[in-house]
Amino acid sequence: MSTFVVGAFEHPVRHAPDISTSQLHAEVAAGALRDAGLSFADVDAYYTAGAPGLGPINMVEYMGLTPRIVDSTETGGSAYMLHVGHAMRAIATGQCRVALITLAGRPRSAGMRTVTDRFDGPEEDFERPYRAQVLNLYAMVAARHMYEHGTTSEQLAWIKVAASHHAQHNPNAFLKKVVTVEDVVSSPLVSDPLHRLDCCVVTDGGGALVLACEEVARSLSRPLVRVMGAGEAVGYSRGGYADITTTGALRSGAAAFAEAGVTPADIKMACIYDSFTISVLVALEDLGFCEKGGGGRFVADGNLISGVGRMPFNTDGGGLCNNHPYNRGGMTKLIEAVRQLRGEAHPAVQVPNCDLALAHGTGGWLGARHVSGTVIMGAA
Amino acid sequence: MTEQANPVPNPMRTEDSAAFWCAADREALAYGHCAACDRAFFYPRSICPLCGAPDTELRDAGGGGTLYSFSTLRTVADPFVLAYVTLDEGPTVLTNIVDDDPASLRIGERVRLTFGRAEDGSRVPMFRMAKPSEDDHAA
Repeated sequence: MSTFVVGAFEHPVRHAPDISTSQLHAEVAAGALRDAGLSFADVDAYYTAGAPGLGPINMVEYMGLTPRIVDSTETGGSAYMLHVGHAMRAIATGQCRVALITLAGRPRSAGMRTVTDRFDGPEEDFERPYRAQVLNLYAMVAARHMYEHGTTSEQLAWIKVAASHHAQHNPNAFLKKVVTVEDVVSSPLVSDPLHRLDCCVVTDGGGALVLACEEVARSLSRPLVRVMGAGEAVGYSRGGYADITTTGALRSGAAAFAEAGVTPADIKMACIYDSFTISVLVALEDLGFCEKGGGGRFVADGNLISGVGRMPFNTDGGGLCNNHPYNRGGMTKLIEAVRQLRGEAHPAVQVPNCDLALAHGTGGWLGARHVSGTVIMGAA
Repeated sequence: MTEQANPVPNPMRTEDSAAFWCAADREALAYGHCAACDRAFFYPRSICPLCGAPDTELRDAGGGGTLYSFSTLRTVADPFVLAYVTLDEGPTVLTNIVDDDPASLRIGERVRLTFGRAEDGSRVPMFRMAKPSEDDHAA
């Protein structure tokens, strides 16, 4: 039994000091259900991560849902990819018919520039005196990639440049200004070798998806988007023997491609969680869009710009320019991929004949422990 | 070397880490070793993450290593160097590099164990660039 994405909604807000996070969850849920032509009463499965309260319970109550399945799998920014995979399997086995997935958060209002809190994992007391945070861990991945493969800051900058070319057409984008490679490499170093413009934005907001079984999907009037494959994988230090430039995407991507029965060469556009430019570069390699170490050359010279290069990415402007609600980029990647597959992206960035798209997220700490999630969707 | 504006957090000395910090108190860097598969690992823990055996113990590192990656964080009052160092015993550990001009650091170069101080005075294993006379890497 196939699963379809029938509703998608990205909250237009980027700074929401006066809207509660619970209200944002409900607003994106309502938006995605409205997009689908469904209502809260139709939802029989609910997925979320990091929502107010204990797992999914409190938002189920807030929205008045009656789910048969709840799942609050928490892997940070990739959680929403995992939720799509889990919902797809639940729908495929008949456990539910309409699955709602929500994300919301307000780091901008909270003054949380990046997720610097650590969690009380067993490694915590072996690491905290060294003051690792998101930024300097990802920066060490970039430094090692440069050492091993000769990747340059200018090549990384092309990822931001491509995102900015797309963001100029997105009226909701937090940063709409087109930037150049020179702009990126001349912005201040924040954690060598990453510059300020190698980093994503910090915004409030949220997004939601509605997935449904084929019978429900075909009863609705929206263009059909089929979930074709999904994969998840945990990347970690393996007792201190990991290659930090290789991510869980190697396995999450392989699983998703195998399930979908397609190859990277078939993908028309990719939405890849861009917490930093380096996050995109290593994901492109590990997903198989180019060889390991070739990411720098692959992203250079506009290859990621829609209408210019052969692998358009993050055509909404991504986390680097558009939106990064709750410091989690997975949901917005899924939403933009759905827009592209429906032919509803902005005309300036719409990929012609976009019948196959990939969305990929990395949650946690690249360079340390992280979870990769990959979803492949097709226009049905 | 501890900087007031950007202090080294105190060890919490949890059930998992107390023995590691006891080793640090006597200026040793402890790593995990598995009796079953005879491999070193980090961080230390009760089961071997490489083979699953429960026969693990702490051993003191020799103090030599190679700089695997590093980054100078500049968004704080006193920029500091976060690093991964690959110990001569095998595993790569998260650490700081101290006593050096970060501009002179190069991935792949030899480093030596040293000790910084946390806010409470606890010794914290860190690394510095090795002097040529210390480059006794025999692995």
